[in-house]
Amino acid sequence: MSQTIFTVLLVITIAIFAWSASRVIRILMLTRKAYPVKELGERFKLTIVNAIFQERIFRNRIAGIMHALVFWGFCVILLGSIEMVIDGVLGTERILAFMGPFYNFMMAAGDISAYVIAVFVVVFIIRRAWLNIGRLHGKELSAINHADAFFALTFIFILMITLAGLNIFYVAGHPDYVGSYPVSALIAPMFAEMSPKGITLLHDINWWVHIVLIFVFANVLPYSKHFHIFMSVPNVFFSRLSPLGKMYTMEEITKEVRMMMNPETAFAAADPGEQPPSRFGILDGEDITWKNYIDSLACTQCGRCSAVCPANMTGKELSPRKMMIDIRRRMREKGPHLLKEGKGYSDQKALIRDYITPEEIWACTTCNACARECPLNIDQPTFILDLRRYLVMEESAAPAQLNAIFANIENNGAPWQVSQQDRMKWAEG
Amino acid sequence: MSSEIKESIKVPVMAELAASGKQPEYLFWVGCAGAIDYRYMKVTRAFATLLNHLKVDYAVLGTEETCTGDPARRAGNEMLYQMQAMIVIETFKMYEVKKIITICPHCYNVFKHEYPDLGGHYEVIHYTELLADALRNGMLKVDKSKLAGKTATFHDPCYLGRMNNIYDAPRFVMETLGLTMAEMPRNRSFGLCCGGGGAQMFKDAEKGGKEVFIERTEEAMETGASIIGSSCPFCMTMLTDGIKYKDKEEELQNLDVAELVVMALQKGA
Repeated sequence: MSQTIFTVLLVITIAIFAWSASRVIRILMLTRKAYPVKELGERFKLTIVNAIFQERIFRNRIAGIMHALVFWGFCVILLGSIEMVIDGVLGTERILAFMGPFYNFMMAAGDISAYVIAVFVVVFIIRRAWLNIGRLHGKELSAINHADAFFALTFIFILMITLAGLNIFYVAGHPDYVGSYPVSALIAPMFAEMSPKGITLLHDINWWVHIVLIFVFANVLPYSKHFHIFMSVPNVFFSRLSPLGKMYTMEEITKEVRMMMNPETAFAAADPGEQPPSRFGILDGEDITWKNYIDSLACTQCGRCSAVCPANMTGKELSPRKMMIDIRRRMREKGPHLLKEGKGYSDQKALIRDYITPEEIWACTTCNACARECPLNIDQPTFILDLRRYLVMEESAAPAQLNAIFANIENNGAPWQVSQQDRMKWAEG
Repeated sequence: MSSEIKESIKVPVMAELAASGKQPEYLFWVGCAGAIDYRYMKVTRAFATLLNHLKVDYAVLGTEETCTGDPARRAGNEMLYQMQAMIVIETFKMYEVKKIITICPHCYNVFKHEYPDLGGHYEVIHYTELLADALRNGMLKVDKSKLAGKTATFHDPCYLGRMNNIYDAPRFVMETLGLTMAEMPRNRSFGLCCGGGGAQMFKDAEKGGKEVFIERTEEAMETGASIIGSSCPFCMTMLTDGIKYKDKEEELQNLDVAELVVMALQKGA
């Protein structure tokens, strides 16, 4: 009976998740190309260093250590969760115990992690609610964003408590238990007086609440900032590998410039296979690259980027974190229509102006502190610069002072209005 | 104490060398700020003096130099950037340039990482690396007593540090000069921008509570240093403005690494 219920729940969970995932993938297929994903060796190395060893997260010591322990804790607990699914379907108990010492080690690590994570989650809730930590309170965060954060923390807290509970009552009910549960084994004797039935009941309640919550959580995640849990490691793997300071070259512009500079080719017949020129830069959802999109899905709004942003810390409207929130919100709004009605769909709105103001776009100093800080290698500057490219090359909407430097560079080869003939004056006495 | 060089400096120019059939090993790329900005021209003079002192086989483009296109690119004008880049690459081709020395980290970055996409491949050397090497191998001798007792802090230009991982060369130079180094809390990869990058240098800041250059100048002031060392023309402008704004011109000076070396140079060595 319980096997049947469990299997039905599992199938429903997988079906809903598959539907959510397929929508994300279909939207991803609509996005523009960013860069080819080559150099797999380099990517695996980066994933190990940045994701598995959490290298960047330690740039912020205390929060970093807590995050890393939670992450590693989740990793070891994962084995137990997989085991619970198999047990649930087959009606077995602790089926992976045949793994011997490895199983004992993983169970012990998972048991300790459950308690550590539960304590840290309480600390995270206190930090978020009562400590005045700037990056957790950006004005770009809506009530929904805050609720999302508290919801996930509460969920994780209950998951850890039920994990601890099922371990405690498993040990209490099985004098010959398999695996190792160092913390739970200390607590279990407190229930020695309890009837075996009561112990089994409490074990089963914890077991079911834990696994059902995982099923629910998995299906909430694609709609929460905590989609991070699924997307962060892939995002690191698909990182931009070129140096931080390198802007990508727009090949369609290179073609035009080469034609201009070489008049002989200017009148050559157009290549019949040539695509009509797409929009320069990014105006709206249909212009973003796959990297922009997965960046926005992986972002968990930690705000490390905005905390180090010189524009943000001096009170300007720009917040790199807001850029990621905006991409995601816009894609959630427009993405389904783009899928249904094609790229020509318009709702009379756009990322620029309806979500992101030119003021934000022009406040960036391109210092790349945000990109350097992001533990997931989110690439905010490339996105911001693509918004500028749209404003300048499609709308000629640069601030007047920047139009002046364009004119100076064209006329006298320097951003300042000084004759090229004066470029050796510095050597004169 | 001054680093200023009053007399004319003899600087080899590419076109003149080419006319006599000579080809220098290095191109010294002066950059727009180095050629035009009144304050930064002094830095160019200081560095050219050091190049001559070290007998480096170099030349400049002089009036043939133009903008790399970097500020246009960072301001969103990819078209103008690519046109400038192709002009520069053509000029380099004409003189068969292979190695480039730059002062400006923005020029350094664009040559090193962005020109290759358009067919321009060069060995790019930042002048702080060249000076650090010359001090390390004994080619450049300095009198440590000249700057002894002074405390300095180094402001990492974003395009030099975070973007190109050159953190040690300027610090090594400053330490070798005998300066006592006092780091700002946000240093190296954590370094705070001066507020001038991304074409901000050429426009008013967007509205906000504070100017970035003031935030950074205050951080430098808190170290107790009397010298802010920098190695970027935009940082020079921004931080010099910050010092003026804070009315600290008596206590705090913004000097380029090249100027500091000239100050400590052992004459005749």
